[in-house]
Amino acid sequence: MLENLDALLLARIQFAFTVSFHFFFPAFSIGLASYLAVLEGLWLKTGRSVYLDLFKYWLKIFAIAFAMGVVSGIVMSYQFGTNWSVFSDKAGSVIGPLMAYEVLTAFFLEAGFLGVMLFGMEKVGKKLHFAATLMVALGTFVSAFWILSVNSWMHTPTGYLIGANGQFLPGDSWWTIIFNPSFPYRLVHTVMAAYLTTAFVVGAVGAWHLLKDRANPHARTMFSMAMWMAAIVTPLQIFAGDMHGLNTLEHQPAKVMAMEGHYQSHPEGAPLILFGIPDSEAKTVRYAVEIPKFSSLILKHDLDAPLAGLDTIPDDEEPPVGMLFSSFRIMVGIGFAMLGIGLWSLSGRVRGRLYEMSWLHRAAVLMGPSGFAAVLAGWITTEVGRQPYVIYGVLRTADAASPLDGPAVAASLLAFILIYFTVFGIGVWYILKLMGKAPHAGEYGVKRGDVGPIRTAGITPGPTQNPGGEETLPTEAQPAVPGEREPV
Amino acid sequence: MDLTVIWAFIIAFAVFAYVVMDGFDLGIGILFPTFRVGKGRNRAMNSIAPVWDGNETWLVLGGGGLFAAFPLAYAVILPATYPLIIAMLLGLVFRGVAFEYRWRDPAHEKFWDAAFFGGSVVAAMAQGMTLGALLQGIEVEGRAYAGSWWDWLTPYTFLTGLGTVAGYALLGSTWLIWKLDGGVQAHARYVALRAASATIVLMGAVSLYNITLNAEYAAHWLAVPQIYYAAPVPVVTGLVAIALIRAIRGDAHSAPFWLALALFFLGMAGLGVTIWPNVVPPGITIWDAAAPKRSQVFMLIGVAITLPLIIGYTAWAYWVFRGKVGDEGYH
Repeated sequence: MLENLDALLLARIQFAFTVSFHFFFPAFSIGLASYLAVLEGLWLKTGRSVYLDLFKYWLKIFAIAFAMGVVSGIVMSYQFGTNWSVFSDKAGSVIGPLMAYEVLTAFFLEAGFLGVMLFGMEKVGKKLHFAATLMVALGTFVSAFWILSVNSWMHTPTGYLIGANGQFLPGDSWWTIIFNPSFPYRLVHTVMAAYLTTAFVVGAVGAWHLLKDRANPHARTMFSMAMWMAAIVTPLQIFAGDMHGLNTLEHQPAKVMAMEGHYQSHPEGAPLILFGIPDSEAKTVRYAVEIPKFSSLILKHDLDAPLAGLDTIPDDEEPPVGMLFSSFRIMVGIGFAMLGIGLWSLSGRVRGRLYEMSWLHRAAVLMGPSGFAAVLAGWITTEVGRQPYVIYGVLRTADAASPLDGPAVAASLLAFILIYFTVFGIGVWYILKLMGKAPHAGEYGVKRGDVGPIRTAGITPGPTQNPGGEETLPTEAQPAVPGEREPV
Repeated sequence: MDLTVIWAFIIAFAVFAYVVMDGFDLGIGILFPTFRVGKGRNRAMNSIAPVWDGNETWLVLGGGGLFAAFPLAYAVILPATYPLIIAMLLGLVFRGVAFEYRWRDPAHEKFWDAAFFGGSVVAAMAQGMTLGALLQGIEVEGRAYAGSWWDWLTPYTFLTGLGTVAGYALLGSTWLIWKLDGGVQAHARYVALRAASATIVLMGAVSLYNITLNAEYAAHWLAVPQIYYAAPVPVVTGLVAIALIRAIRGDAHSAPFWLALALFFLGMAGLGVTIWPNVVPPGITIWDAAAPKRSQVFMLIGVAITLPLIIGYTAWAYWVFRGKVGDEGYH
């Protein structure tokens, strides 16, 4: 029994670890793909080379982030079977088709057009290239659509029947399964989170280079674009988060109780606990700083509305309170810090001093990774809040795991930890190195040493062909930049 | 026609598409150390840089499709081959990031070249051994895998693993014959001849071993009247093998690759004859493992609409990057 328990815990840690790591990359690449499409579109529309330069600057970073997202994503698509085979057998008929649709409508789209997006501008021309960029951006969004539908179904399962072997079977309508109650909220909240994550990374890179050279037009453009996103999208995101929270209160009240730290029911208005240390043994939040009745105001829009607490939930159906309580506060705190940056930038913009405010730039640099932290904290809040269920209210996590020996899972978990930290750590370092270089006129696209990527020879010789290509995208200014990789 | 049978063919198509398309990517990885550092390796990698990601996506369709269309098979096979699947996934991590990482820092290039090679070998070996583990039979109790986590490790799976590595090397080298010219192409021919010989020998060995694995497999091939339907497969395979060797030895550019593809197709067909109608030998048939009709229909609509589009734009991407990969450098 103890051995099974260990294998279960290890499998949970492994899934949490691999999915959290994976989530960073799409959170970044969903936003970045759209940003690249916007940059290329602006370039085509205005003809201003600053947009093309920025496109190429971020394309190099996108290429690395996307590769990391792909390889860590393939791991996810097999982990359902390797580690959660009972879950796969039971739920495969319902969520499997949605994931198959994700592959068919999103993964192929992204991957099929990625090559043209990275290497093909000279071969297919500007317009077709822009179409390829749009397809990649669309693919990232469609992927989010399907996988969040699956994830939402695990939180708010609807439209299913239970078959003879205890399998979940699709009911009359796939629409009911796909558009399950929490899906619209989760989709909006998560996609906006991805956009904000990217915006704050772009803003930090712009700010970093503004701190070094205020006059850099490329740094100015990307910083300004990012700050518009911060100012406009953050308030929308806070509103969407609030709506998502109300939806959760309706369908997964225990999760909200844990987020709020409400061990006890409050028949006459529940306090909003700002900070504190939850103690699940004593069923109380220690050192709590609270605003009376404010939680009822937020959740019920009425100061005196009664709110049930975890005392109404059997102990074996409670999610872990401490983790939810803190991860939720981290997410919300970052959200308001983002709002602060957005408002600060607006005030600077109004006074025409956006590019001179070095304290804003420093703060923006500091906030560069904040989106990732918020996404991870939010993910922990919603996923840990689903416990002890894997399919909320219907299938317990403990009953869903594969019949694996503890040592097998321990060995794989160790391998994942070592390899992910090494491989993705190095990848992030490469990205930071690229970000450290100032964006400039005549920016490079994705480079491939002294060759190719691919030269069309023999078929269409002539001026359209890539001349042995250092460069894959048209070079508008000087072809070689010191410090970049020199041809052999 | 029975929807379950249609789905078995769709999954088989996805697996075949993966095996040949990522097969030549992985094959280039397997052969990577035999290419000279610098231009030879750069060109080999550049010949697949624009398409590898799309190629690998077929693996997700194969796995995801199995999950959706035959959930029980997915839920049994993956725990039964747990260490192999994890090794494959981690191999693919190293292989995949190497495409981007090796250009980032000249001082790290050697390391990522080694990762590209190692990741490709591990992934190919693991895939071949997984196939072997499936063919040799998986112990099932109720609806779950009932064996230990080392059941997959036998001389037979070792043989199927080696066969896959050799086969991928053949696909990779014949792809390079097509996409490269000059000295690198000559080297690819030299390697392809050896890879072809190894593949043919190992294919034969695995086929003979299959017949000895269990009586049912033997009956699929040797009993009357099955032998009349099955016999053409080895005969045609032999003819293709001879044509392949001749094409590699001659001066054809694309023919070796297409013949290698044909060889793989015949191998796949042979596999179908052996295993049919099981999806998890010895006890789980495709009908036992199939998802309910509602799931099959819903997905079939998606496949009918998207698969022609996918094949269309994938073909377009290949067309955009057609022709030989450049020999001359920038300077």
